[in-house]
Amino acid sequence: MIRVTRKVEFSAAHYYHNPALSPEENNRVFGKCSNLHGHGHNYVLEVTVAGEPDPETGMVLDLKELKDILQREIVDRMDHRHLNHEVPELAGKIPTCENVAAVIWNLLEPRIKQGKLDRVRLYESPDLFADCTAESNGDASHAGRRA
Amino acid sequence: MKTPPKLSLTRRYRFSASHRLHSAKFSDQENLRIYGKCNNPYGHGHNYVLEVTIAGPVDPATGMIANLGELDPFVEREVIEAFDQKYLNEEIPQFCAQVPTTENVCREIYRRLKPFPAARLERVRIEETSNNSFEFAG
Repeated sequence: MIRVTRKVEFSAAHYYHNPALSPEENNRVFGKCSNLHGHGHNYVLEVTVAGEPDPETGMVLDLKELKDILQREIVDRMDHRHLNHEVPELAGKIPTCENVAAVIWNLLEPRIKQGKLDRVRLYESPDLFADCTAESNGDASHAGRRA
Repeated sequence: MKTPPKLSLTRRYRFSASHRLHSAKFSDQENLRIYGKCNNPYGHGHNYVLEVTIAGPVDPATGMIANLGELDPFVEREVIEAFDQKYLNEEIPQFCAQVPTTENVCREIYRRLKPFPAARLERVRIEETSNNSFEFAG
């Protein structure tokens, strides 16, 4: 099996706020991320597709096609957007790195027709990233169910 | 039914420390042969990059596997304060008896971080230099 990874970047705004919590609790739990004016990141998204290379083309999948899928499904949807207000898939969710990665997984997974989506890695900054991976280890860390 | 994806969160930290690769089990000549310039008696140092990966359910109230407001001070207290700007061979008790290769540093940091109460520690990865990295997942 071969893994192929494509990287794409987008910039977006967000803030963390749970309406079920008081302003004081929001501030305690989310700190400066709870500033309701929002703040932003240059997100870096790495998408990995796994599969066997086609014997005719030598490719797991057409990277141009993957590039188009990433542009259409992720960049067009999230780049220069406010994740709390402008991305319907995140409605009602706190747009943490974990939740955004899970939403990206669910947007991409049905659209990868050659090979299988293996990993979504979303960098919120160079020092913080979330991984969504296909492997299931049977524990409760399956955030996809809420995405 | 489709298997839902598994989610983890990784945070990168930095510390700078010196070490010397030398084992009391070997003669001086053997130490030099095995560890080469890393055996220099004066020691040498690295800017280590530590990647800590945690996994577990995402709390719907916070959207988080664990709050960085808890993870950062925990790593700071358990690892960074102990390791940063230190000579690992003499200032980390574990390495008075064990060679502080980055393999062993990985295991020691994993041991220190394993009790993190808010999520499951999945992996520790250390970049000793931009060309060498080591991972331990328990």
